[in-house]
Order: sequence, then structure tokens, then C-alpha cells
Amino acid sequence: MAMSRTIHTDLIKDKLVDLIRETSFIAPPFIKECFARIRENESTDIARETMNILIENTEIAAAEQIPLCQDTGVAVVFIELGQSVRLEGDYIYDAVNSAVEEAYRKFYLRKSVVSDPLERKNTGTNTPAFIHLDIVPGETFRLDLMLKGGGSENMSALRMFRPTDSVDMIIDYIEDTVVKAGPNPCPPLFLGVGIGGTADTAMTNSKRALLRPAGTWHSNPFYSDLEKRIYERLNSSGVGPMGFGGAGTAGAVCIKEAPAHIASLPVALNLNCHSLRVAGCEL
Amino acid sequence: MEWKRIELPLNDEVIRGLRAGCMCMLYGKLLTARDKAHQRIAGMIARGEDLPFSLAGETIYYVGPTPPAPGRIIGAAGPTTSSRMDPFSGTMLGLGIKGMIGKGKRDLETKELIQKYKAVYFSSIGGAGAYLSMRITASRVIAFDDLATEAVYELEVSGFPVIVACDMYGGDIYEHQV
Ligand code: SF4
Repeated sequence: MAMSRTIHTDLIKDKLVDLIRETSFIAPPFIKECFARIRENESTDIARETMNILIENTEIAAAEQIPLCQDTGVAVVFIELGQSVRLEGDYIYDAVNSAVEEAYRKFYLRKSVVSDPLERKNTGTNTPAFIHLDIVPGETFRLDLMLKGGGSENMSALRMFRPTDSVDMIIDYIEDTVVKAGPNPCPPLFLGVGIGGTADTAMTNSKRALLRPAGTWHSNPFYSDLEKRIYERLNSSGVGPMGFGGAGTAGAVCIKEAPAHIASLPVALNLNCHSLRVAGCEL
Repeated sequence: MEWKRIELPLNDEVIRGLRAGCMCMLYGKLLTARDKAHQRIAGMIARGEDLPFSLAGETIYYVGPTPPAPGRIIGAAGPTTSSRMDPFSGTMLGLGIKGMIGKGKRDLETKELIQKYKAVYFSSIGGAGAYLSMRITASRVIAFDDLATEAVYELEVSGFPVIVACDMYGGDIYEHQV
């Protein structure tokens, strides 16, 4: 008989509240190192001063407990639920939403969710969260959080390429999208790229790509080479910090690929801003 | 290049000296307004109603701060995307505003209006919410308090960093791009 492990949803809720606090106020070391590296490479006063302010911003946010950015985003929550895990307590979606509601109230975060896209009435709680739940083998339980601001999300892009289109065409498209977006998604960017799948999986993968351990390239050399090519191209595009011009347009490029239809080659882009608020844990 | 000290409210002489790319530190009073406040102002003007405050000579900051934690003047308070306010540029500049602060590009019509009204558009540092919060020394709601984070606030700033993005001569810092 298969073993089973029991997890109470109160534990999931508490962990998620912690992750929301952590991501809202604390920039991880990888981001600070990345900002410092970009600053050293900039040659104009505006670009260097912009990076100085972003570095100081991370210090003030942690010391004064003021959110890194006033757009504390929507909560995008990724859950990997082991098939042998038995959940006890509340319905898991309710547990996630009550964590969001509690954290946004308790930590004085901005409530930026409207209940209907056309009527546009604020829910006042920053719920609902946007939840992606996957069933995985075994007894694991993994929770990943991405807080996503509107300015960055609004620059998202999807293009359905022909399967015969070249990798160079994909790189051109990515550069073109980032240059046209310019200052709007608050560069230096952490670019998530979803390649393959159906249109919707490519979009989700453009977010999932950024859940990877910070500062690492793709584990497959073909894709890590492609990431490096895109990274080089973006950092010679001239967009620079906050689009004022400069060398630091991207802090990282992360691809997540997926199988696709013989006729399809979707490429989805998540132009995540410098305020990359991502964290995860295993229970 | 040094940061240039600018006192608010802006006047014509100061605005004449501002060119795209100029780094400025602002001192003095600003008004905040974002999507809903702009929409409401435009609606009131269209219906011939009087605004509960004057916009003449003011500098408008596009911001929706986080709620202040106890003991704080304001929460995180970085700029929001300015292009969403482009449709209201004619109304706002017509009512006498002289400066706008946000982040990102403006449309062609707004840039022409900035030249016509001899005004200026500054970009602040997007995403520097905590840093900019510390540069705000006073905050009070002056109108539309039902709009919560989108209400109109009067802010007092001290050493608030902005870059001249669009000047009265048609200069645009983002023009080096597509
Ligand atoms: S794009 Fe990101 S850093 Fe910029 S304002 Fe939005 S959430 Fe903040």
C-alpha cells in the first residue's frame, strides 16, 4: 500500500504569508550583486545614478520595512502537490487566498486586484491569487510565489512563430519587444521566455522560467547558449536602466521550453521588472 | 553631471532651463493623481463643474502608494506608467499644470502639448518605492478620498530625484530608441 503524508493547510498558509513578506521587503543577494555589476558597467551619470538609487532602495526597504515597490502586485502562486500527500484543513485555494488577504493587510501592501476586468471594483484584499496547481509523484509539496506588478505584466508578449522560422528570428523578436517596451517594464529586466507548448502553456512558462534558482543558466547547454545570446543582445540594445539609455537592459534571461504541435512554435515573453519578487520553499 | 536643485512650484524661468536628460532634485509641494483621479477631473470639467482644488502651476505626480504603516508619512511611493495618463494631457495642461512626474514614454500629442504650454515631463525612478518614500516629508488627502490609493494627495518632497524626460523644446530622453 502506498504511504501517505498529511499536510495541514494552516502550514501552507503560514509559509505563504512568510514568502509574501520576504519578497515584498527583501531583495535577495543575487539581485543586489546583479545591480552592482550593472552599475560598474555603466558609463553615463544617469545610468549610474539610477542604479545607485535602485541599490539604495533595496537597503531602505529591508531596514525600514517599506515595500521595495509600491506596486506590490498580484500574487501568482505555483504549487507542486505530491500525489501521495493528503491535505487536511481548508480547501487549498481558500488557504492560499486567506494567506494573501492576511499578508497584504498585515504588512500594509497595496491592494491592486479588481473583481471584474470591465467593472473594475477593487476587492480590497488583493485576492484572488492566481494559482497554478500541478500534481507530481511522491510526497513532496513545493510552493513558489511571484508578486507581479502591472507595469511589467502589461508589457508581456506572445508570438506564434512558424516551425521553420530560425532562432535568429526569435532573438530579433525578443530584442524588438524589449526595445519597444523601453522604460515601461522598469529595466534592468529579468526576462522569462516560454518556448513551445500551446499559447497558454508558453505564457505560463514565461513566468515559471523565473522560478529557477537565482543566477543560474539553463541546465541544457543548447538553451543556456541561447539564453546567453539573448542576454548579450539585450545588453547591447542601449535601453539601459529605466530606459534612460545604457548597457544594463537585462539582469538575467531564463528560458523554459515545452513540447509543441508540429505546426506551432509559440514564444512568450515575461518582461519582469528589476523588482523581481520571487521566492519558494518545500514543505 | 550633477543633480540640479529645483524648487516647487515650477516657474517659467526654471522650465526654460530644463532640457531632456537633466538630473533634478525636487523640493516643495506636489499633487498626486493617477487613472481614476484624471478620469474624474476630466468628467467634472466636461460637465462644467468646478474642481475642489486648483491645478494652476502645479506639478502632478502619477503615483498610487502602499498604505502607510503606523508612524509613517506614506508607504512605498514610486511612479506609475505615465502613458496611461496621455489621454488627459490636454485637459490637465489646459487647467494650468506645469509639471508631470511618472515613468516611461509620452505620446506625440502630449509632447506637442508640453511644447505648447511650456511645461515639463519628468521621469522618476520606477520601482524605487522605498527610496522615494523616504524623500516625502508630508502627505495629506486634498480631494476624492473615496478613491483610496488613487485619491488626490498633496505631498511635500525634499530631494526627490527625477530626470527631465520631455522638455518644452521637444526634447525627449527616450528618442534614442525606436
Ligand atoms: S514595473 Fe515593477 S518595479 Fe516598475 S513600478 Fe511596476 S512593479 Fe514596480
